[in-house]
Amino acid sequence: MSTPLLSIRDLHAKIGGREVLDGLTLEIGAGEVHAIMGPNGSGKSTLAYVLAGRPGYEVTSGSVSYRGQDLLSLAPEERARAGLFLGFQYPVEIPGVNNVYLLKAALNAARKQQGKPEVDAFEFLALVREKMKLMQMDEAFLSRGVNEGFSGGEKKRNEILQMLVLEPTLALLDETDSGLDIDALKVVAHGVNTLRSAERAIVLVTHYQRLLDHIVPDRVHVLARGRIARSGDRDLALELERRGYDWITGAAA
Amino acid sequence: MTGTADIGKLVGQAYKHGFVTDIESDSLPPGLDEDVVRQISRIKREPQFMTDWRLSALRHWQTLVEPQWAHLRAHPVDFQAISYYSAPKSKANAPKSLDEVDPKLLATYEKLGVPLHERARLAGVAVDAVFDSVSVATTFKDRLEKAGVIFCSFSEAVQKHPELVEKYLGTVVPYQDNFYACLNSAVFSDGSFVYIPPGVRCPMELSTYFRINATNTGQFERTLIIAAPGSHVSYLEGCTAPMRDENQLHAAVVELIAEDDAQIKYSTVQNWYPGDENGVGGIYNFVTKRGDCRGRNSRISWTQVETGSAITWKYPSCVLRGEGSIGEFYSVATATNLQQADTGTKMIHIGANTRSTIVSKGISAGRGQNAYRGLVRILPGAHGARNFTQCDSLLMGPKCGAHTFPYVEVKNPTATVEHEASTSKISEDQLFYCLQRGISEEDAINMIVSGFCKSVFKELPMEFAVEAQNLLAVSLEGAVG
Repeated sequence: MSTPLLSIRDLHAKIGGREVLDGLTLEIGAGEVHAIMGPNGSGKSTLAYVLAGRPGYEVTSGSVSYRGQDLLSLAPEERARAGLFLGFQYPVEIPGVNNVYLLKAALNAARKQQGKPEVDAFEFLALVREKMKLMQMDEAFLSRGVNEGFSGGEKKRNEILQMLVLEPTLALLDETDSGLDIDALKVVAHGVNTLRSAERAIVLVTHYQRLLDHIVPDRVHVLARGRIARSGDRDLALELERRGYDWITGAAA
Repeated sequence: MTGTADIGKLVGQAYKHGFVTDIESDSLPPGLDEDVVRQISRIKREPQFMTDWRLSALRHWQTLVEPQWAHLRAHPVDFQAISYYSAPKSKANAPKSLDEVDPKLLATYEKLGVPLHERARLAGVAVDAVFDSVSVATTFKDRLEKAGVIFCSFSEAVQKHPELVEKYLGTVVPYQDNFYACLNSAVFSDGSFVYIPPGVRCPMELSTYFRINATNTGQFERTLIIAAPGSHVSYLEGCTAPMRDENQLHAAVVELIAEDDAQIKYSTVQNWYPGDENGVGGIYNFVTKRGDCRGRNSRISWTQVETGSAITWKYPSCVLRGEGSIGEFYSVATATNLQQADTGTKMIHIGANTRSTIVSKGISAGRGQNAYRGLVRILPGAHGARNFTQCDSLLMGPKCGAHTFPYVEVKNPTATVEHEASTSKISEDQLFYCLQRGISEEDAINMIVSGFCKSVFKELPMEFAVEAQNLLAVSLEGAVG
């Protein structure tokens, strides 16, 4: 087997002195979709933030290798330019900053890293329009401030729109399904599915099996107390739906 | 990176316009008395009324003491150590056209990005460039003259249009107004003069770049803009000063007069040298700017972007005399390093159904202190007057400060006054969001700050909005660390 896209070994991390990841080990290969589930406070979002390099999350031991590189030695913006994308659970509003302006800056930052020229304004607009259509978003989104006055569902669609434009190698989607009605969920799932390819990996952090009806994962992991308590295929998610988390988290204790 | 401490590092990039032009100057020796004032008036071959007015101002000034009420800490200014007149030598045989202008002067403007030659034509900007105290080049005179617009240096106006100067000078800001305005009235050396005749829409944006060059010269320019009934003008003032160790004094006066149905839009991009990170050097910017909406349905709009100066003390104001007149004030002020800004506006509602809008955005970083000081006064006759004020402050780092001093005096029960204020920090969440999209920390901060200022930038003429945004980026560059 070739080197996995992402390899996490015995990862320990703290926030404000409190241990939140306690020896987590996980491998994700290119082309795979993994779902990370688990009860509240089990460390799911923390894992996403640690991988993205959010300040305040202190890695105390362990290693993360991404495309053969030491991920933890990179600054957050370098990780992003290397193709790591985090879809936020609560995307922040940045008043007055144009949505499309931020997106263009993000795309150009990645292109610059790859030694490509800045994207042409017309090409860019055409690209964004195409992706917006896919996400069933209104043109007016282009000129609005970043997430400014967006509903919860609009914010989530906007995250997926950004992902589709940036075409990351590794996408971490943190509870992208929360707060979506069933129609919006289908649109978002469709967006994510179009990104699936042999070179990419997608990690879905979610509470609910229903997302996995639309984006079928290759692997499902249950997190408890900062480490992986059980892994399986999509049947594990269905079993969790029936039996809850207790039978696993109890067993992990 | 560790959050706010890092944001603090983004402020403090070297001043980009800190070069000194090496040309000889004719200066008066330092000091101020009646002889100096008479000498200035004589050098400028002024009519008697000007000499008398200056002398009255000087005599009044000698009875005044410097104001202490602004929220500022300043080294006392030694007014006898300042030279009150400085002219580039080549002025002796004044240039007739741009070709005759000292190439070093032109190179200076080139560095500043003043569009003097063809670039000016393309940009549609007429520039009256003030180098120290003397206007060296005025472009687009012909086109303006055809429209009947008078746009020239103040000295020229005194020579060619003394009746207009005598009629309007000091009618908005009388020399008794305040300490610095009074000093300016006595010693002002030049400035700009604009007259828009009735019903004329000025065919282009008018613009003046001021630049302080010679050491130890205070710059005291005076601007007078008169918009006759039904006329319309947009004026932009940009400022830059070279790097100097001593603090230099800049005490300007700007008077705007709008008659019936006339509109004046006055925009300022101020980028005087702010001093270094230890607060050494920098310009003291004490400016009196006031607009008089004399006519019915007249409108005066101030837009300012203040990124420079060690100390800024300035309150562009509107006197809303004419019925239905409108006053507006849009401001972005930054204070970084040890800069201090005390700025705001006064809206004086005298006429019925007068309206005013105030939007102030203050950005503080490093150890900068930023104060908004505003007065909204509704007088008994101002039936149905309305004011809306919005004051937002953005803090970058733990050592800076933002202060808001709104004064509201309402003497008419039918008036409506609204005030909104907010203070925020650049949030870690916003910053991380941008970083996660691959955007560098500096670009992210610029983006967030520009977004914060958007409602003011959109009031600037297009080409200057871009300049303002760049200036802001430059002044906040290197603030994280």
